[in-house]
Amino acid sequence: MAATATMPGSAEKTAAPGRPRQAKNFKQRVLTPYAMLAPGIVLFLLFMAAPIIYTLVLSFQQKKVSGLGLGKGAQSTVFAGFDNYVRSLTDPEFGASVLRVLTYGAILIPLMLGFALLFALLLDSRRTRAGSFSRTAIFLPYAVPAVISSLLWGFLYLPGVSPFHFVADKLGIALPSLLNPDLIIFAIANIALWGGVGFNMIVMYTSLKAVPQEIYEAAKLDGASEIQTALRIKIPIIAPSVVMTALFSMIATLQVFAEPTTLRPLANSLSTSWSPLMLVYRDAFTRNDVYSAAATSIVIALATFAISFLFLRVVQKRAFGQEN
Amino acid sequence: MRRSFRAGAVAMIAAAALLTAGCSTGSGTGSAEQNTDPNQKVELTYWAWAPNLDKVVDLWNEKNPNIHVTVNKQDGGDPAITKLLTAVNAGSGAPDLIQAEYQKIPTLVAADALVDLADTEAKETKDNFPEGVWNSVTLGGEALYAVPQDTGPMAFYYRADIFEGLGLAVPTTWDEYAAAAKTIHDADPEAYLGTFSSNDAGWFTGMAQQAGASWWGIDGDAWSVKIAEEPTEKVAGYWGGLVEQGTIDNKPMYTPEWNAALNSGKQVGWLSAAWAPGVLAGNAGATAGKWKVAPMPQWDAAKPATGNWGGSSTAVTTQSKNVAAAAKFATWLNTSPEAVDALVKVSNIYPADTEGAKTALTAAPEFFSNQPDFYDVIGKAAQNVGSFNYGPNVNVAFNAYNDQFAKAAQAKSRSAFLEAVDSMQQVTVEDLKKTGFTVK
Repeated sequence: MAATATMPGSAEKTAAPGRPRQAKNFKQRVLTPYAMLAPGIVLFLLFMAAPIIYTLVLSFQQKKVSGLGLGKGAQSTVFAGFDNYVRSLTDPEFGASVLRVLTYGAILIPLMLGFALLFALLLDSRRTRAGSFSRTAIFLPYAVPAVISSLLWGFLYLPGVSPFHFVADKLGIALPSLLNPDLIIFAIANIALWGGVGFNMIVMYTSLKAVPQEIYEAAKLDGASEIQTALRIKIPIIAPSVVMTALFSMIATLQVFAEPTTLRPLANSLSTSWSPLMLVYRDAFTRNDVYSAAATSIVIALATFAISFLFLRVVQKRAFGQEN
Repeated sequence: MRRSFRAGAVAMIAAAALLTAGCSTGSGTGSAEQNTDPNQKVELTYWAWAPNLDKVVDLWNEKNPNIHVTVNKQDGGDPAITKLLTAVNAGSGAPDLIQAEYQKIPTLVAADALVDLADTEAKETKDNFPEGVWNSVTLGGEALYAVPQDTGPMAFYYRADIFEGLGLAVPTTWDEYAAAAKTIHDADPEAYLGTFSSNDAGWFTGMAQQAGASWWGIDGDAWSVKIAEEPTEKVAGYWGGLVEQGTIDNKPMYTPEWNAALNSGKQVGWLSAAWAPGVLAGNAGATAGKWKVAPMPQWDAAKPATGNWGGSSTAVTTQSKNVAAAAKFATWLNTSPEAVDALVKVSNIYPADTEGAKTALTAAPEFFSNQPDFYDVIGKAAQNVGSFNYGPNVNVAFNAYNDQFAKAAQAKSRSAFLEAVDSMQQVTVEDLKKTGFTVK
């Protein structure tokens, strides 16, 4: 990963030395690369930087009305200072939603990465049969949009229409409804697990495929079993990609939105502020208060950044240590 | 996992686009410069979501070559309003006309999105509509913000075959309704006479309206919020009691489970509105001919009342350059016999126009072909709809309803229902105060 990222830069470096410094070289050395970067820079400014700056601006404003607030000129936008941030950070609903996604992540991420790693190792083992079929089958749920998979699982969860509940009823077993408030977090985690294992498995499997075969042969000559090879050789070698998938999974967990939003109308156990992003959506589009939503978005973005950074700091040395 | 990340990203980009659109907020408020030449050909755009409305508008276009109306089909009430508010903030991009639900009107007026039609011919339509409906497009004042189009007077739908099988009479009061609910649930523990749905704030509003509630009010120069008062508390306590006893279901409406229960006869009744036949035919088609409609159960049998669930109006936006022409079209669409007739037959709405409803609605809907007097029942109900005032933050109150009553329905306790009413009141008042509205 790191090697591919530095490729373009190193290519330029090798091209530049040894050439006479002339006026026409200015064009080659400076203008050409910038011209080539221009589309990227423009797109970045337009679709990343500008919205972020605008969100920042909004987060320091608020709507003010006077009296009844009806008709022309009754509403205006005023500078709010840190009001929106203070409200966002002291909002008990926000705190509760953060706590919920942290619990959700604690349930989901170990399970998802565990299954992904297990499947990747199984597929990579020498004794695997029907490898490409299994790989596709495990990966396929990833191709189903989250809204569709949530609807699908929603049908399976609803006791009145679920085939699981139907069969359990016939057998005289009383299944608890996964849509109950105590279990709903597992119901949502299950949907994300179903959709996410395949993607993470492919990432790990791909990096397993990049391991030189000689290492395995050496291990085999030393008398290592399949399990020993997996635990002592394969997992340490692909540790960097496990770390990357963990990081992406953490970010995605903090941003969980589609699954709870789709399940919400089916039961009484999900509020419209269940996850932080749902809270942002509700403030912006249900309550027409983009200013509070902007402030909460900034808080979420900063927190995500901080968590990712900390996580990388903690695990980077161990995971990437042997690469450098 | 990455998909939810992508969904989040899409939402953020959409939000960003919306915000960027809002960038040019500023002086773009107030009425657009008016086109005054009467002979000039006028093009009007109309954002609406009622089914087949374009076919009704075709009738107008045939007869009025100088005022051409183009219907721009919308996804529904909420997205259309969000889009309109964005366009109003941006200063351009709004249509001439918009289909606006009654509860959205104060929000739109507060955002200066609607033109006052008091000086146009739309003002002459006052006598066409029931007083309660007219009140919701004037906000009780001198201005006129929209022409009423359809309403949803509430009524009680029930499975006549199951009632007959149990020897039950149709409940005329809420006490009788509670007794019937108990009989039905005792006879079949999986069957319920109805469900308390935390998803449908409009439904609960209609029931509170029947009990005499009006959640917002204008008191001089201040708004008043009257959610946590006797009528609403009475309704919430009543339903909380039934849910606590377990004789009424606590699951939301409009779920696959609810559809299945309607089909299998496990949901024996539905407190709904004039538009219910369409929903029942779509969700429980196999039960056609087994349902009947009756007036809502009453709190006071001597003073029959009902609420309103749903309904919308035709409003003219502040960005329209042809307010007079737009008002003329809105008047025709909602009060002329030919248009109302077409709205009923092609768009399947229940018209707000009293005379139009009488003449256009004669035969019962196909789903209720077993009950020839279907529209007599509905028509009488429509006369009993009381006034109900909405405020500028209905969205906040409805959202609070969703969250608070979901908790209460899950808790299955009467006291939780009453607490939910208090929370709704508190959230609604706090939101008004936070924004700077004067609240009494």
